[in-house]
Amino acid sequence: MSGSITFSSVQSIRGSLMVIRTNGKLGYEELVEIELENGEKRLGRSLQVSEDIAVVEVFEGTQGLSPRDVKVRFLGRPLELPVSNELLGRIFDGLGRPIDGMPEPVGVEELDINGKILNPYKREYPDEFIQTGVSVIDGMLSMVRGQKLPIFSGSGLPHDMLAAQIARQATIAKGEEFAVVFAAIGVPADTAMFFRRELEESGALKRSVLFLNLAEDPAVERIVTPRVALTAAEYLAFEEGYHVLAILTDMTNYGEALREISMMREEVPSRRGYPGYLYTDLATIFERSGRITGRKGSLTQLPILSMPADDITHPIPDLTAYITEGQIVLSKDLYHKGVYPPVNVLMSLSRLMKDGVGEGKTRADHKELSDQLYNSYSKAMDVRSLAEIVGEEGIPESSKKYLQFADAFENKFMKQDPYENRDIDTTLNLAWDVLSILPESAWTNISEKSKKVYLSVVQKRSI
Amino acid sequence: MKVKGKITEVKGTVVKASNVSGIQMNEMVRVGELGLVGEVVRVEGDSAYVQVYEFTTGLKPGEPVEGLGSPLSVTLAPGIVGNIYDGLQRPLSTIEGYSIFRGYTAEAVDVNKAWHFFPVIKPGVKVEGGEKIGYVEETELIRHYIMVPPGVKGNLTYVAPEGEYKVNDSVAEVQNGEKQSISMLQKWSVRVPRPIKRRLVASEPLITGQRVIDAFFPLAKGGSAAVPGGFGTGKTVLLHQMASWANSRVVVYVGCGERGNEMVELLKTFPKLNDPISGKPIMQKSIMIANTSNMPVAAREASVYVGITLAEYYRDMGYDSLMLADSTSRWAEALREISGRLEEIPAEEGYPSYLASRIASFYERAGYVETLSGDYGSVSIIGAVSPPGGDFTEPVTTHTLRYVKAFWLLDPNLAYSRHYPAVNWISSYSSYVEPLSDWWGFNVSKEFETMRRQALDILFKEESLRNIVRLLGPEVLPEDEKLLLEAANMLREGFLKQSAYHEVDRYTPPLIQYYLLKLILTFYERAKEKLKGGATVEEIRSSPLYLEVIRARFNVKSKEDFEALMKKVMEF
Repeated sequence: MSGSITFSSVQSIRGSLMVIRTNGKLGYEELVEIELENGEKRLGRSLQVSEDIAVVEVFEGTQGLSPRDVKVRFLGRPLELPVSNELLGRIFDGLGRPIDGMPEPVGVEELDINGKILNPYKREYPDEFIQTGVSVIDGMLSMVRGQKLPIFSGSGLPHDMLAAQIARQATIAKGEEFAVVFAAIGVPADTAMFFRRELEESGALKRSVLFLNLAEDPAVERIVTPRVALTAAEYLAFEEGYHVLAILTDMTNYGEALREISMMREEVPSRRGYPGYLYTDLATIFERSGRITGRKGSLTQLPILSMPADDITHPIPDLTAYITEGQIVLSKDLYHKGVYPPVNVLMSLSRLMKDGVGEGKTRADHKELSDQLYNSYSKAMDVRSLAEIVGEEGIPESSKKYLQFADAFENKFMKQDPYENRDIDTTLNLAWDVLSILPESAWTNISEKSKKVYLSVVQKRSI
Repeated sequence: MKVKGKITEVKGTVVKASNVSGIQMNEMVRVGELGLVGEVVRVEGDSAYVQVYEFTTGLKPGEPVEGLGSPLSVTLAPGIVGNIYDGLQRPLSTIEGYSIFRGYTAEAVDVNKAWHFFPVIKPGVKVEGGEKIGYVEETELIRHYIMVPPGVKGNLTYVAPEGEYKVNDSVAEVQNGEKQSISMLQKWSVRVPRPIKRRLVASEPLITGQRVIDAFFPLAKGGSAAVPGGFGTGKTVLLHQMASWANSRVVVYVGCGERGNEMVELLKTFPKLNDPISGKPIMQKSIMIANTSNMPVAAREASVYVGITLAEYYRDMGYDSLMLADSTSRWAEALREISGRLEEIPAEEGYPSYLASRIASFYERAGYVETLSGDYGSVSIIGAVSPPGGDFTEPVTTHTLRYVKAFWLLDPNLAYSRHYPAVNWISSYSSYVEPLSDWWGFNVSKEFETMRRQALDILFKEESLRNIVRLLGPEVLPEDEKLLLEAANMLREGFLKQSAYHEVDRYTPPLIQYYLLKLILTFYERAKEKLKGGATVEEIRSSPLYLEVIRARFNVKSKEDFEALMKKVMEF
């Protein structure tokens, strides 16, 4: 590390950015260590380098820095995380430094937190069903190993509860359990504590790694936190063979931190002040999931993001959904009606469901049932909005069944206790139950074969 | 002569180099110790700005910059088909390990592979660019013609006899003052359209097997179409369907800034799907270019040009090529990002002012043409557009609309109710309906055009009736209008909806499309008569035949199937 001893002086400070003299010794995106007069050290990273100066972002913020009194040292390397399976069971800050009072884990290697570009040719197509025990997800938004499926939520909605339930209950074939990598990105301390407690009580903490950048921590650090967490997750998945579930919350805070830096760099903004590269930047996070040919593990991502003002067209949810393989959208209306998990199924989607369900994976009738539920629930929503205008009397007899169906769908099929773990058979049988409210002529997606094989079973059960 | 200089500044993927006088605009360069690939995007005095196609982490001022003396070019030779490339035509299948390392270089085709060459011309004649010299069987589906490169002309003095040759071996010689050797490999600058003899009027449909497209909003061979849609509206699935079933001879699929797993899906399904015409795996006619969203942005800008140039090359052999780009919005965003780093003055929403002209010149590379060798060939372009927030007034969508002739708008409300393909039949359009109606009349049925109008008419009427229903409920409508709603429902459920995953439904040949439409419209005529005879709409809807006609799309595979069901409908 030839550059590691070079010292430099600071020219100017603006926001969390610093301009330093470099004499061309600092590489792009390399680290600097800033030492204050009192011995405190902070980390920074170059955003732009030239022959004499460089622009550096300071992760811990620039508060209290004075150009005269600080020393800057070039570390000659990008930001790295030491990785090994000793990471499991540990808690780190948003830059990957231990905060659980234990020593730094011994790394078998140091990995660049930006990860490597996964060759699409070497990816394995994700098609292994994950049973989360949550009917609406397993039945209609099935997740598969290696998928990236975010939860779009709003303030006051139970997204943390749902994510924790998935982390607790999610099993893949043969009862294999997930290792959980949790990244808190600018969330309140109690959210982080909630997840920690949930993981602890279910006995999952020992196979979890937590990275915490809390609301009180510096915003610039948030740029790094998801990348540090995913570096750990990738290592555990692709080198150690774990099936990893990465929960990143709240990605909206990440997007805002990115905007803050962009503004300070005086970049041309695109929509709502976010930088034009927001899509690409988010993609470098979300694409770090999947399976690799010839490797045992998998990396499944469950990012959580709050939609500012419940607006799904806001750049962060909008661009996220363009990258992720679907989205689970939570609904305030359903939550107010007392439905948990309150999933707006019509706006939600799991793009990888089609190859993860069906005969040999879940059940032969799964796809048809799911299509039929979507189809009928969508019709039911039309009927419901009509009923709100013309009253129930104004609705033809044949349509009234749809209102009953919608109620049963929400209260029997979707609604369940946060600690209730339903297996896939239970979920699909429940689907038959609620569909049976509608006449068979409305089942445009159900084949005769499925009716024969499964309907009789369900009918017998209900008698 | 290669220019050598050094880095003076690094800002994202834009690098400023000094001491490079003589370097050309758009020249390819190697940057830094790692030899990262880049392209000159601005020249100022003896300095130049280089757009690097790879991540620049760790790059330092003072590291070398070397010009390669030629613009970004593709390799054109046998061995392209069936391959998957990155945005710079580097093969992805030959990289060691599971990640793409920086500075990676590799030949686009296997230069050591021997191909069996058949000559089709004898020495002693005058030839010009485009003239076919011979061919090799590239795959079972593609006879790859070796052509005189554009710009070369003279007396053909030598043609290699039939036999095994590698792509760099000389297979012909042209004498024009000096002797010029021709191999099976040519290079072509991607930003320059390959020359043609003349453009022709498109008059044959590109059959995609997707009913709402072929029957209602068709695309001609050599045409251009845009598919705008918000997330989750099914753009990618629709494009995959087109790539799988379209009756083009060559398919170039450019995954531009999209998901890695989607490319894997193509790689997984293409070898298993058979071309509906030849019965051979469609992998044998496909070329894939993957610049997934986590790959560097600059290569995204290039990937679209690499794709279109490959499509043009196969067109020049006299084939119909189809190029699909998913998504052109990511390409436009790449333009925006590069423009921003060059500190150009932005126009709308941060996009550079030359966005419209870039989009225009891209879609202009589509066309039905007479090639230099006198054959007929075409390049059709289908571009997905991903408007942020589903807002169709944003710059990429609005500019695209100015240059494409078919427009398939994907409707989130249809997608929410799982009506796929979610092509909105009220707002979509195609200017190819008129020029292609003769083809349908001649090859399918004379009454097709009338039926098409009838069906659209029902759907348009439904749209206005639904506004009434939304306010007052369906009970206020007279019986004949209720029946029209049912007919519209049959068209939606039984014709417009199409499952991409059902073995029969996913591809419907033109004749079957006509059958399905005929069944629904005849059922509607019969039902109207029954209504006059005193039947109620409720009775018609609950008859088993109603469901059977709707489900015909899963069951009608032949003329016999159609006639059997038609008989039932006539007796209804």
